[in-house]
Parts: sequence; C-alpha cells; structure tokens
Amino acid sequence: MEIPAIVGAGLVVIGAGIGIGRIGGSAMEAIARQPEATGKIQTAMLIAAALIEGIGFAALFAVN
Amino acid sequence: MRRKITVKTITLLLLLVSFVTYGQEEHGHSDSGSDRKSEVKAYIQHHLKDSYDFNLFSWTSDSGEEKHFGFPLPVILWDGGLKVFSSSKFHHGESVAEVDGNYYKVYHSKIYKTDAEGTIKYDEEHHATNEKPLDFSITKNVLMIMMVFAIMFFMFSRMAKSYKKNGGLPKGTGRFLEPIVLYVRDEIARPNIGEKHYKRYMSYLLTVFFFVWIVNLFGLTPIGMNVTNNIAVTLCLALITYLITTFSGNKNYWKHIFWMPGVPVPMKIILAPIELLGTIIKPFALMIRLYANITAGHVVLMSIIGMVFLFQNWLGSGLSFMLAFVLAILELLVAALQAYIFTVLSALYFGMAVEEHDDH
Repeated sequence: MEIPAIVGAGLVVIGAGIGIGRIGGSAMEAIARQPEATGKIQTAMLIAAALIEGIGFAALFAVN
Repeated sequence: MRRKITVKTITLLLLLVSFVTYGQEEHGHSDSGSDRKSEVKAYIQHHLKDSYDFNLFSWTSDSGEEKHFGFPLPVILWDGGLKVFSSSKFHHGESVAEVDGNYYKVYHSKIYKTDAEGTIKYDEEHHATNEKPLDFSITKNVLMIMMVFAIMFFMFSRMAKSYKKNGGLPKGTGRFLEPIVLYVRDEIARPNIGEKHYKRYMSYLLTVFFFVWIVNLFGLTPIGMNVTNNIAVTLCLALITYLITTFSGNKNYWKHIFWMPGVPVPMKIILAPIELLGTIIKPFALMIRLYANITAGHVVLMSIIGMVFLFQNWLGSGLSFMLAFVLAILELLVAALQAYIFTVLSALYFGMAVEEHDDH
C-alpha cells in the first residue's frame, strides 16, 4: 500500500461524501416543497446515493 | 397450533444460543489487555471468513485449552479423484488431515496439499505455493445458502398453496409478505422495466430481493454466518443480472452501445468502447456495493461489540453496548436497503435492455 493511493482513496471518499450529502439535502428540499411526492423522491435519492457509494467503495478496494 | 409451538421453540432456542454465547465470552478475564485486543481482532477476522466447520462459539478454558462448540461439515475435494471427508479431521485448522495417502492442511481458510508434517512453502511475497486441490466443500456459507434456499422454497410454496385454497386471499405469512411482493412489482419492476415486459423479470427480481434480504438478516443473528460478505456470492448474483441483461438486450440496446444515434461519427467511435465497458462496470458495481456494505457493517458492529470487552468498566462498556445496539438496528435497515438497491438497479438495467425508443 502506497501513500499516494491512500490519499487518492481519501479524496474519492470525500468526493463521494459531498455527493451523497448534496443528494440528501436536495431530496429534503424537494420533499419539503412537495410532500405528496415523497415516495418517488426517496426512490430516486436512494438510487443516486447507491451509485455514488459504489464509486467510494471501488476506491477503497483499489487501495486494498 | 402445532406450528405456533414450533415457532416458539425455535425462538427460544435461538435466544438460548445467544445467551450461552455471551455467557461463555465472560471467560477470558484473566488475560492482559493487549492479548485481549489481538483476540478480538482475530475473532473479527475469523467471523468475516468462510470456514470448513460450523463453529457457534469457542473459548479458551482456564487451563489454556481452546474449546469449540459446533459441528463439522463435509469437505469435498477433487484431487485425482473424489475425496470426501469430515472437516473434523482438520481439528479447526490445527492438524493435517490424511486421506488415502494424501495430506491436506487448512491455511488462511484455504485447503492446501502438503506432506505428512503439513509444511507450507512460501514465495517471496509470503504466499503459499503448495498445490491447491479443486474444492467443492460444503462450507459454512454453502450450508447457509442451502438453508435460505430451503426456507424460501417452503415458505413461498406454502404461500402459493394457501392463496389457491383461499381464493386469492392472503393468510399467515402471506399477510406479511404480500405488501412486499406488491411493492417489488408496482414500485420497482413496473416503473423501471415498463408495463409491457415487467412480468418476465418478476421471478428473478423477487428471488434476488428475498434471497439477499433473508441472507443479510441471518448474518445479524448470533449464528454468526454472513454470506453476502463473501465476494464470490455477490459475484454470482451480479453475474446473473449481467447475463439476463445481455441476453434480453434488444436491437435498440445494442445500437445505443455500439452506434449511439444522434451524435457525430467521431464521437460514436469514442463512445462505443466506453459504453461497452459500462455494461461490465454496472454489474461490477452491484457486486462491490453489496459485498462492501455488508462487510463494512459487520466490521464496525463487531469492533464496537469487541470494545465492550476491551473497556472493562461500567461507563465504557455500557456506552459501547448502547452504540452496538443502535448500530445493530441500523444494520437491520441496511440489510433491507441493500436488497432493495440490488433489486432496483437490476430492474433498471433490465429496463435499459428492453426499452423501445420510438422518439428518435
């Protein structure tokens, strides 16, 4: 395991975290604006979050 | 009535097993702190790995002897002929098993062929270079998959029968599971695959949803098995999704991969390999996501449970216990969420494969 790899993985995880945070925040706003669409927004939010999460895990595995 | 009693007995047994497990872990009190730390670490690593025997719990007795409570599983090897023997011959990986003049030893959860003393040869990177026989053993994970298969088969075939008998009305477990089945159909399959084709994929989507969910839930019980943190299992699940997607891909699907309509020709040439790679990356991400989520969850949960034994005071251990409790509830959510995500993304990929473009 080399230091650049670890730093790179850390950067990717930070990016993934920001991404998921933004998705969650936007979903909250959307739900507050249109509470009747909660179900649909949640589904879309989970899918998008899962896709980003996959990238984060891929980075962690690249380091491993 | 009889079924009720059976359910109660099973619940009671499970509870008893968990109490006995926790009761036994009290034992190692005389050890020093760093010793206990490495013991916890070894225990977590052991938990994450597949094993050849079914070990419910183990402890070190006062005389320093390691005690195991569980039962052995059959080992099936192909090494110039079929070799079947009980994993009790390995004595929990401590001794060399002799079968028909051949010697086998377990090293880092893999079976290697050795000489009578069980020497393992290494290369420069400290990897074992011994010959590995083809391994078809019924390991702990395989046993668990079979068990979940049996549970699902009996549960759903009984449900199907009861629906037939009651004229389409749910009864018993059906009352609990019908909303979930309908959710998979109406919220996952229909919107993602489309009204025309969704029926073809329902059987796979339901199977994968309930399989992943039940397996994840069993991973949280004190039986201490977790199947989805074995990357081979998630690889197979993702591979099935990939094969179904590839073989149900229609003309439009392949056209969008190899000759994307609506973009200039140089871009088409650049896009084709990227899109082709994307078809492989999608199931690859499915595999990694399920595997990594469950592994990470188990490592964190078990580390915090391990902290209970490291702190050894009321405040630290109490806080760790509370944290472990909250995390265990979170893991219950994750177990269902990962099953849901796997199903939704599979449905999404199937939807891409069968989509019909009339617009351009």
